[in-house]
Amino acid sequence: MSATPLLELRGIDKSFGPVQVLRDVAFAAHAGEVTALVGDNGAGKSTLVKCISGIHPTDAGEFLFDGSPVAIHSPRDAAALGIEVVYQDLALCDNLDIVQNMFLGREKRNGIVLDEPTMEQMAAETLAGLSVRTVKSLRQHVSSLSGGQRQTVAIAKAVLWNSRLVILDEPTAALGVAQTAQVLELVRRLADNGLAVVLISHNMNDVFAVSDRVAALYLGQMVAQVKTTDITHAQVVELITAGRSGGLGLTGEPGQGGNGTGTGTGEQPAGSTAGGDR
Amino acid sequence: MTTTAVQQQGPAAVTPAPTVADHARNYWSRVRGGDIGGLPAVLGLVVLCTVFSIARPSFLTAGNFANLLTQGAATTLIAMGLIFVLLLGEIDLSAGFASGVCAAVLANVVTVLGHPWYVAVLAAVVTGVVIGTLLGVLVAKIGIPSFVVTLAGFLAFQGIALMLMEEGKNIAVRDEVLVAISNRNLPPLLGWLLALVAVAGYGAAQLLRHRNRAARGLVTDPIAVVLARIGGLALILGVAVFILNLERSRNVLITSLKGVPIVVPVIAVLLVVWTFVLQRTRYGRHVYAVGGNREAARRAGIDVDRIRISVFVICSSMAAVGGIVAASRANSVDPNTGGSSVLLYAVGAAVIGGTSLFGGKGRVLDAVLGGAVIAVIDNGMGLMGYSSGVKYVLTGVVLLLAATVDAISRRRSAATGTR
Repeated sequence: MSATPLLELRGIDKSFGPVQVLRDVAFAAHAGEVTALVGDNGAGKSTLVKCISGIHPTDAGEFLFDGSPVAIHSPRDAAALGIEVVYQDLALCDNLDIVQNMFLGREKRNGIVLDEPTMEQMAAETLAGLSVRTVKSLRQHVSSLSGGQRQTVAIAKAVLWNSRLVILDEPTAALGVAQTAQVLELVRRLADNGLAVVLISHNMNDVFAVSDRVAALYLGQMVAQVKTTDITHAQVVELITAGRSGGLGLTGEPGQGGNGTGTGTGEQPAGSTAGGDR
Repeated sequence: MTTTAVQQQGPAAVTPAPTVADHARNYWSRVRGGDIGGLPAVLGLVVLCTVFSIARPSFLTAGNFANLLTQGAATTLIAMGLIFVLLLGEIDLSAGFASGVCAAVLANVVTVLGHPWYVAVLAAVVTGVVIGTLLGVLVAKIGIPSFVVTLAGFLAFQGIALMLMEEGKNIAVRDEVLVAISNRNLPPLLGWLLALVAVAGYGAAQLLRHRNRAARGLVTDPIAVVLARIGGLALILGVAVFILNLERSRNVLITSLKGVPIVVPVIAVLLVVWTFVLQRTRYGRHVYAVGGNREAARRAGIDVDRIRISVFVICSSMAAVGGIVAASRANSVDPNTGGSSVLLYAVGAAVIGGTSLFGGKGRVLDAVLGGAVIAVIDNGMGLMGYSSGVKYVLTGVVLLLAATVDAISRRRSAATGTR
């Protein structure tokens, strides 16, 4: 896809004290595509997501949203742009029902009274738009839902607000086989509905099942961002564990500080639009 | 079980409207799943009332019924406020003595300083707000566990109450209006009128809601159930007002004693107001959210600290109202007002009514149900001639029983997923 990415990051640096967590990271997410963000524990995936969602400020680098530069200083800024994050630990309230959870913090009101019918209708429309048919009643408490259904509600909550970029942090980590398939189907549908989706996952099967692109982080550096069709299972694993694989990834000594970034993404297979260095 | 609320065509795709049988089945499955609500309290009330009426026929008289209501009033009012704190999974052990301090302020302002009753009431409630703000800030901003903060308050407020009463002298409250709250009755006609207004208001709200949801194609409760609810309320209020309007004076020639005690509409209004706040406003929704999952609430943009402080303010203000009612009933305030068993009775009332000690679950109505159970035990045991010792033990056992039901239903709901 040659169109401008919905979200493009360039040269992001981020340190926590003496520890440099992100090093000149470039990243792009396109509307209508699922971009898988992979990397080992500590590679900087969560930090990158927190930078995008405004929880952590970045030390350097620029954000382009829809091609124009933006500044994200707080989660509110991110939400205003239409960036929503579905966290691994879900962030749903067990003692509230599906509608109440989906509108939590952004309840519709009629004067000072909660406008329950409107919220219920909007929730029903959103779930219908995602072709979710697994919940029995919108008024059942979240505690009565299965893991997959909860994940569905969390995702639906994220897309309720005309969001344009949805980041999913390991949505299938705690799910069984059937539920994983359900959630992946939903993830695919989000992208097909025109949203940009970033999927963080450790599971190669998930990555290859739904993603259009794979972005691999290795020790805080973006070592490759390629089309999923141009890369194999084994190559992704190598990128995650060693930072390079054949012609992909770091060319210098792995993890060699700032030097590695100059030659960062190396040569890309034809047709890929690496969000790499320029 | 096979109905699907969400279908492809959005909300217009209507599910088959649930029948009365479906409704009953749903309710039963919720109960089995651990969502028992006020059921134990209602059953307990029925059992206790039956036992006491058989053992002591004087239990079942109009006079005793009126007595019961005024006896349980202060506990119920304090419990209403406590429910907000319990909803967050916190506790306020100082609510009893906070009500004592507020009552002492009331008595000082009205009797010692000689201001009119409304100034005194305002001063008492403001004292409650100040106490609640202090507790809330210590819990939410400094981060001291509420158990410790309010335990300190328990001691300190006891001392403040003593100081306000110059080392233990009690202060009489003789203001006509203040004394009337717990000791006078509404004219019988006004009692009927208020009951009518209550039923009409509730009925209109229920029917409007039903029509509104039906018009939008949303799932509604069967109309028969809605009508049954309205009829049930009408029946309960009707019977209660009828009994309270009976003559209960021993000697009609000396004085006539009939009508609904004034404290009853006071409790009813506060019940409606706080229920509205909890169930129908954004603030109430956020209280439940913070009680259910604080982190989720924070991520949803809710100001968690503000909610945590506010529930302590509500709790202490309601304690002030409870203190005013207690002072009215006793015609005076002494260092023990709000002391001894008041706090434990209030916590007991909330828990017996079905409010969870683990947070996230509870209704203001629980305070009324639980308060009724406590008052019945207190009153019935008194009539049976048991000592205070036995009363305390039994109330303690009932509280333990309620907490057990709470813990078990919570485990059960964790297993079945309903709550």
